[in-house]
Amino acid sequence: MAAQPKIQPSLTAPHKLAYTYKRSLGPVLSRFFTALRDRQVLGVRRADGTVMVPPKEYDPETGEALSELVPVADTGVVTSWAWVHRPRARQPLAQPFAYALIQLDGAATPLLHVVDAGAESAMRTGMRVRARWAEQPAGAITDIQAFEPA
Amino acid sequence: MREIAVVGFTQSPSVRREPDRNEVEILIPVIHELRQSLGFEGKQFDFVCSGSSDYLAGQSFAFVSGLDAIGAWPPVSESHVEMDGAWALYEAWVKMQMGYADTALVYGFGKPSMGDLPITMALQLDPYVSTPLWPDAVSLAALQARLLLENGLVSEREMAERAVRDRRHAKSNPFAQLKGDFEVAKLLGEPHLVSPLRKHDCAPISDGASAIVLAAGDRARQLVERPAWIRGISHIVEPQDLGVRDLTRSRSTEIAAAQAGVWRGRVDVAELSAPFTHQEILVERALGLGSKTTVNPSGGALAGNPLMAVGLSRIGEAARRIWDGSAARAVAHATSGPCLQQNLVCVLEG
Amino acid sequence: MSEAKEPIELIRTPIELEYTFSAGQSASRFLRGMAEGKLLGQKCPVDGRVYFPSRGSCPQHGMPFTGETVELTDRGTVVTYAIVRVPSQNILLELPYIAVQVLLDGADTVLMHVLKAKLEDVHMGMRVKATWRAKSEWTTSVGNILYFEPTGEPDAPYDSYKEHI
Repeated sequence: MAAQPKIQPSLTAPHKLAYTYKRSLGPVLSRFFTALRDRQVLGVRRADGTVMVPPKEYDPETGEALSELVPVADTGVVTSWAWVHRPRARQPLAQPFAYALIQLDGAATPLLHVVDAGAESAMRTGMRVRARWAEQPAGAITDIQAFEPA
Repeated sequence: MREIAVVGFTQSPSVRREPDRNEVEILIPVIHELRQSLGFEGKQFDFVCSGSSDYLAGQSFAFVSGLDAIGAWPPVSESHVEMDGAWALYEAWVKMQMGYADTALVYGFGKPSMGDLPITMALQLDPYVSTPLWPDAVSLAALQARLLLENGLVSEREMAERAVRDRRHAKSNPFAQLKGDFEVAKLLGEPHLVSPLRKHDCAPISDGASAIVLAAGDRARQLVERPAWIRGISHIVEPQDLGVRDLTRSRSTEIAAAQAGVWRGRVDVAELSAPFTHQEILVERALGLGSKTTVNPSGGALAGNPLMAVGLSRIGEAARRIWDGSAARAVAHATSGPCLQQNLVCVLEG
Repeated sequence: MSEAKEPIELIRTPIELEYTFSAGQSASRFLRGMAEGKLLGQKCPVDGRVYFPSRGSCPQHGMPFTGETVELTDRGTVVTYAIVRVPSQNILLELPYIAVQVLLDGADTVLMHVLKAKLEDVHMGMRVKATWRAKSEWTTSVGNILYFEPTGEPDAPYDSYKEHI
């Protein structure tokens, strides 16, 4: 290869990539998000009788179509957590918080969400939490602003 | 099945930030050196396949500019995957198995330093219920690590030992980014990054590119003295939702390993793409690696993690040990998705 | 007080990612040239074809360009054009406008730009010249050229640009 020229400093520029996605929900998720607007969490019943949250259109194990949506509680148990002591701008809370897997009462699978516990010392696997709902739920996963220690 | 081998491998140094060259400019000398070393200057490969992610550059179709490094006129048979180059290698292998190509050039590249990588990775999650919470990649890995630690399946010490081992091995790898001698006790004294993970538990963010040439049968024998034959290759994926997976083992790696025939012989060398120490342990277990296997002689992903090239480079590093005779049989692993969602296992023999 | 609510059938999930984009060697060279009013192309080491703008290696041969540049004039030939009438969010120009591909004299690849002319006058082979902004407004941008305008010269013969359409 011919001798390469000396590397010069490159020009740089800030670049923002933004997409205004509008997503169709389909019959299962439509009911899930409509229920969130009413401050209710729905799971879906799988072939084995257990309830999966969040609901999916097809069973991850058997592949069969699922349609029976079942209310679960908005309280549950933390099955794992990770303490974010320096939240990023886009993340749900400005103060340190935990991402957590939360198994809501009535569900067999945990939901990925956030716990606003105030301090890392207040977090514990197995702790009970309750949803803190937005003042005006709009039909989004963020209608649950965060879970709080219950 | 046709005999297909890895016959060439080149890479750029993994660095935290390549400030002055764009993705293609990093790739150009990597491809060029590979062509020169195998006598492919001015000649076309039967098939070209690359792996990269447009989201690393923040530009739709960013991968197309990679073709400038190849020279695509007259038109070439080419494909691309929005995946690590290891999956591009898989596609090339399939193409060759079907008899459509006897030689293939595979490359992977990325400059994750241009964006906020752990946040960009949130785009791999369920867009309805997970991405809107913007869980970063380190937090998700931390969730998995906690399940392992609190259930006594992995210890912090074992995790730190992986970091120490990989970065010690990396001292002999001129392309690695994090290298040196570290002490487990000192590492465990460091504060958490995202509890329960510490900085040393995480792979660095690296810009880089790598490339591999595959050749079939006699063509491979003409190109190198000791082709690294691909005796098995498979990739398996788990569901996207973390809640329906078993995060305490890498089931997909186990299945891929079985399908690739990892256990048909001894494994002298294993090169793993796990970007977190606890995940490295899970992959070792899934591959059934014992004390006789040298794991990550190159340092692995924990020493240098150029996204989209890191898995391809593991195949290349494993192949190098076949070529130089230090291994008779080697396994390379690549991963994609949160918490080892999707895994590729490749078995090489000399 | 409460209205019957319609079921939710779609959700908005906007994404926004921030980058510090680095142009790289070749594009930086080109843009710095623009800042000085220079149109810098690069030559393929294999066949000498001049690429403008260039991207670091010859797209035909995959051969890296050397650091050497070729300075081009700002005169050229319209090899093809389109009259744009349909509005779009990212179009900042007044509609309708003429998008042109200009083959600058000495270059082997075309520059995409805008033509200031009567819609009915534009045609393939038209000879054009760049009209630049005021020098005080120059930055590292291809926008230092405001638009191209017809020179009034006789058309370039088809043979002179047919390979570049």
